[in-house]
Amino acid sequence: MKLNVSKITSLLAGVVFATSVAAETELTVYTAVEAEDLARYAATFNETNPDIKINWVRDSTGIITAKLLAERDNPQADVVWGLAATSLLLLKSEGMLEGYAPMGVEKLDAKFVDGDNPPAWVGMDAWVASVCYNTVEAEKAGLTPPTSWQDLTDPQYAGHLIMPNPNSSGTGFLDVSSWLQIFGEEGGWEYMDALHNNIARYTHSGSKPCKLAAAGEIPIGISFAFRGAKSKAAGAPLEIIVPSEGVGWDMEATAIVAGTANLEAAQKLVDFTVTLGANEMYNTGYAVVAYPGVAKPVEHFPEGLLDKMIDNDFEFAANNRAAILKEWQSRYDGKSDPK
Amino acid sequence: MTSPSTNISSMPPGPVIKSKLSRDDVIMRSGMIVIALYLVVTLAFPLYAMLSKSFSTYRFELSQYEMQVSDQDGVFDGAILNPVDLNAATGAYSDTDLSAGSDSRLPVTQLFPDFSFRSPVMYQIRNAQPGGRFLVGSTLHDDTEWTTLDSNSFRRVQLRPVKSTGFDNFVNYFSTPALFNSIKNSLFIAVVSTVVTVTLAFWFAYALNRSCMRFKGVFRLIAMAPILVPSLLPGIALVYLFGNQGMLKELLFGASIYGPIGIVIGSVFFTFPHAFLIISTALAISDARLYEAASSLRATPWRTFWTVTIPGARYGLISASFVVFNLVITDFGLPKVIGGQFNVLAVDIYKQVIGQQNFEMGAVVSVVLIIPAIFAFALDRYVQSKQVAALSARSVPYQPNPNPKMDRIFLIYSSLVGLFIVGILAVCQFAALIKFWPYDLSLSLNNYQFDKMDGGGWGSYYNSIKLGLITAVVGTAVIFFGAYLVEKSKGFRVGRSLFQMIAMLPMAIPGMVLGLAYIFFFNNPSNPLNVIYGTMAILVISAVTHFYTVSHLTAVTALKQMDREFESVSASLKQPTLKLFSRVTVPVCMPAVLDISIYLFVNAMTTVSAVVFLYSPKTSLASIAVLNMDDAGDIAPAAAMGMMIFYTNAAARILHLIASKGILRRTQAWRAR
Repeated sequence: MKLNVSKITSLLAGVVFATSVAAETELTVYTAVEAEDLARYAATFNETNPDIKINWVRDSTGIITAKLLAERDNPQADVVWGLAATSLLLLKSEGMLEGYAPMGVEKLDAKFVDGDNPPAWVGMDAWVASVCYNTVEAEKAGLTPPTSWQDLTDPQYAGHLIMPNPNSSGTGFLDVSSWLQIFGEEGGWEYMDALHNNIARYTHSGSKPCKLAAAGEIPIGISFAFRGAKSKAAGAPLEIIVPSEGVGWDMEATAIVAGTANLEAAQKLVDFTVTLGANEMYNTGYAVVAYPGVAKPVEHFPEGLLDKMIDNDFEFAANNRAAILKEWQSRYDGKSDPK
Repeated sequence: MTSPSTNISSMPPGPVIKSKLSRDDVIMRSGMIVIALYLVVTLAFPLYAMLSKSFSTYRFELSQYEMQVSDQDGVFDGAILNPVDLNAATGAYSDTDLSAGSDSRLPVTQLFPDFSFRSPVMYQIRNAQPGGRFLVGSTLHDDTEWTTLDSNSFRRVQLRPVKSTGFDNFVNYFSTPALFNSIKNSLFIAVVSTVVTVTLAFWFAYALNRSCMRFKGVFRLIAMAPILVPSLLPGIALVYLFGNQGMLKELLFGASIYGPIGIVIGSVFFTFPHAFLIISTALAISDARLYEAASSLRATPWRTFWTVTIPGARYGLISASFVVFNLVITDFGLPKVIGGQFNVLAVDIYKQVIGQQNFEMGAVVSVVLIIPAIFAFALDRYVQSKQVAALSARSVPYQPNPNPKMDRIFLIYSSLVGLFIVGILAVCQFAALIKFWPYDLSLSLNNYQFDKMDGGGWGSYYNSIKLGLITAVVGTAVIFFGAYLVEKSKGFRVGRSLFQMIAMLPMAIPGMVLGLAYIFFFNNPSNPLNVIYGTMAILVISAVTHFYTVSHLTAVTALKQMDREFESVSASLKQPTLKLFSRVTVPVCMPAVLDISIYLFVNAMTTVSAVVFLYSPKTSLASIAVLNMDDAGDIAPAAAMGMMIFYTNAAARILHLIASKGILRRTQAWRAR
């Protein structure tokens, strides 16, 4: 009975339209990649692998992670393609990922590949923290452009700053974890204490601070670079600032779910995800990809961003996530609006 | 009822006569049981699942592990150390430190006071029993083999918690100020909003019922408009009005709209029609003789107001207060949009579940939120049961007399309230058409390109219409039939009153809580109903269940107006009850049936809280799209989508009006002589 139910579920889950007769192999792929990109990804993959059909199950990072964790004892997915590395580390620590070194993995930038051998996951592309600075509103408020994270604690920015709440936003968490890595545990919290005095409010999503800055609702929004480039391209009076101490980042990555019945097909898919072609495909949406030398510059993307990416310790971030979020919540959440 | 009602006590006890159940009775009773079962499965079971989740905790069980330490040369002497003893000796972790969340980890080096990651000392660790779990870095070890590590790697060992049950989550909740402060915040905005809304609505209803001002029909229409939009729409309008780039931000004198001020203004907007309807009904019924008596006793208008008008409307006022209180405290969309750093319970549930995947804590907050909601609901039911008929057969309906000065004041007042409501909607429509507020004020339809934004695009809009229609059809059928069975079947007293009780319950359960409970119940792989998770079916079920009570009460009220003689006559004519139901009852109650269906349609279109945990990428909804687009910072498209919901609901209302006129002419012809 249980087996039957799970079969039915897998048939109905998400985008799955499984037919009973299939000469081809079908893979259930969980993803947090933007919906508009999925058809393109699948089509490019099918150019070389026409006999493998991808059934996407897509949702936001948080929900897909929760779904995968909830299915721990009865996994429905074959492959995870396009989920934050911090989320994949959570899955790895549950023993849910099948280690596999895809063909050609050695060509990727080493920081995009899991340290284990064989690696449990391989990276695709990165999104990088940045500060969106609305030049028009900042001038009205008489602000000088900040150049570093430390600058943002200057009293002149009090009430002119918005950042995402790390308890609800992955971007917010990568900011916090990067500050703890840049300034050290103690220094990081001291920094955030000072920053908190300037923050007008914390948003739920990671892209909202930049969109609010673009709309002039707030002069400065801590967000990620790609969002800023997009808003700038749309005509917003934005300056995208890369703080001098370095910026936090997270990547989208791919992994095989342990216990998959379609291991061979899953491996073929992961092989494809590290190819040059796949990385060129990621480049349309992301300015930083795992394959060195592929990325073409994206319009309005800040220069020198790659060099400012910190040497992110994903293990630190994943293993301390619960404790960091708890500490953050007790320090800054639920306090009345700073004036 | 068949039992004789006279002089039972004076007669000798006879044998108990049990009437034989007719086929008809069996059908009706089984129908009732089926619908009651529906409510149990979609309400009681999920709530139970949620309650048990709130007691499901995680703890680090130190006794599950064994460790060994080598000497300086890396040689182990075989002495097995128990972490429980180590912890007792070092006092590294207190009992509260050991209570955890599902995602918690515990480093072990603190158990060894002389630990240094540069030391040549080696460590070994294993699970004492199968089922224990620890990590080295992010690699999971769940077997009972010894793992040997050097000091530097031993740093990376993290213990994982195991499941247990207890009150830890609640203890944790009440020891985290960031969480329990929300109780105070929620109560605060609910009370303030209630006082403001009920006061405003009372004078509005008073103007419409007790004055001779002009344009009453228009005002009545305007007052009902907020019911047609999601509760978060006023929040979006307030951003455009009073945000940092707001058109009227000077009016706030530097105060921030993001916080309690915004929540209260928005709450007043979306709860106004509910309060207005209830108070208006109470004010419509009044006995002119009381006013005559007051004036012949030379009471001042002021005194008459406090001794006649207010007592006459007191049940309406109390009921309106509880309804508004409940709506505000359980609302999620508005504080999410405009609440800023002001945390409230409903948003906390969302943050815990979506942000942190901490389902246990989400369940705890839900339990906390249910308490004031049920309390307000129970008090309301109690007060309503005290209500006695204010209008006796001898009453003379009150007719307001023209009073130019007062009428003008009321007109001005009503215009101001009307302006507030229309203004909020107009701002949203305006914002939706502006190209890039505030830098490019040219008009464009760019914000209607929903397919380019997060939130599901135009597909979510069509999904919403689909959900609204299915909910209206299925819900009306189930609820009206259920009400009929309860109201008209014979005997079976206990079952019927039990059913009435269950049917009242949905109103007391906040939508967020119901949605979360559905995750726990339906997303459980061992539940055979798991199949519907992530489909349109679960959205329909949650909407029907969430809006069950009001629809049920509407149906019962309509059915009560029909004499039970109909059933007796049909029985004596040997006609099956179901035939009577379809040939007589439904046509006669057509106005109520139509009211229920439009109520369900409109609410299914606007609800956010009942569906926010349940939609899947395939079944994204317009109201959810408003939420998600606002969340992503696409505020103008969010306003555009919100207004699409408004127009759709308004069109549905108009269709409903035309349809009811047509159908009523055919089915209600008997009412005219």
